[in-house]
Amino acid sequence: RASGDGKPEKFQPPPKPVIIDKQKQRAERRFLSPEFIPPRGRTDPLKYYMERKDMIQRRKVFNIPEFYVGSVLAVTTADPYANNKTNRFVGICIQRGGKGLGATFVLRNVIEDQGVEICYELYSPRIQAIEVLKLEKRLDDNLMYLRDALPEYSTFDVNMKPVSRLDHEEVPVNKLQVRMKPKPWSKRWERPKFNIKGIKFELPESKMKEAQKWSQPWLEFDMLREYDTSKIEEKIWKEVNEELKK
Amino acid sequence: QGLLGRSVSHSFLSSASVTGACRAIQKLTRVRVVDNSALGNTSYHRPPKCIHVYNKTGVGKVGDTILLAIKGEKKKALIVGHKMPGPTMTPRFDSNNVVLIEDNGNPIGTRIKTPIPYILRQKEGQFSKVLAIARNFV
Repeated sequence: RASGDGKPEKFQPPPKPVIIDKQKQRAERRFLSPEFIPPRGRTDPLKYYMERKDMIQRRKVFNIPEFYVGSVLAVTTADPYANNKTNRFVGICIQRGGKGLGATFVLRNVIEDQGVEICYELYSPRIQAIEVLKLEKRLDDNLMYLRDALPEYSTFDVNMKPVSRLDHEEVPVNKLQVRMKPKPWSKRWERPKFNIKGIKFELPESKMKEAQKWSQPWLEFDMLREYDTSKIEEKIWKEVNEELKK
Repeated sequence: QGLLGRSVSHSFLSSASVTGACRAIQKLTRVRVVDNSALGNTSYHRPPKCIHVYNKTGVGKVGDTILLAIKGEKKKALIVGHKMPGPTMTPRFDSNNVVLIEDNGNPIGTRIKTPIPYILRQKEGQFSKVLAIARNFV
């Protein structure tokens, strides 16, 4: 650099490049599958400890990916009555239930104008592969209302390609508001007990007001119903991670 | 144009009473015929109803034969799917599906478009012809 003074300038080393380690950022986002968290009750924690050991053993052999209610999955199971002995089903996860080894998830799809739902057990040895085609969350924990929604919201292409996403990004929340078939529905989804945010209710105001008659506003302040799982989750997270690394 | 959920497609009365969520198939359940037979697809003022289940219990599951009353006639049918949740890993359908059948087990229609559960293959001996005309399996 030509400057006015004749003295040689002191060597300035170039600025060090700043490396943002995306792996470390990913470690901050943890996902603990909901079936690891024990339910509230008076059973001996030894039972849940033993179940967790078996679950971790299964996970070492078979990869169970992270998924939420509202993500599209493809599951291949072993079926003695199918040709090729395997059976592949693609669908949207509408519910995740059960704790421990009996954890289940229900996939729904509409094939040839016929709605089909299959309840799979996560830790069943019959399951050969679980792929997540589209990982996303929805506004609700339970999408049972899709049975009464227009069939276009439950149809997913059987040959759809997995949607690629970067590892460190947040899981996207799909704020889709679903349109329903005309009433009657299988359950009165407008009632506050279901607390559904993902339906676009096109009911008249009088019906919505009448539904609010069944609201129980005292429930959220009921201290006996509180179940704080943050500390339990921390302990189980550490335990599960240590076991999985072995 | 099949039975959509709880809409009563065959009746002319819009305010007909509709029973609660149907479960497995028993006497007087309204069913949906899924093959392409003429008897199953022509419309009538009354929906096809089950009048007898050939079973020790009166409740029909997938793979059971039932007696159906369609268009004033009695016809046997095979249950291929119901709304009641069955054992895990088996599909649960949104409507009670049925395939019309003769007394010897031969289907009346020539094609079944709706998906059929793989469990029916257990009864390969009796219903092999029904499985042969089925297009999709779940």
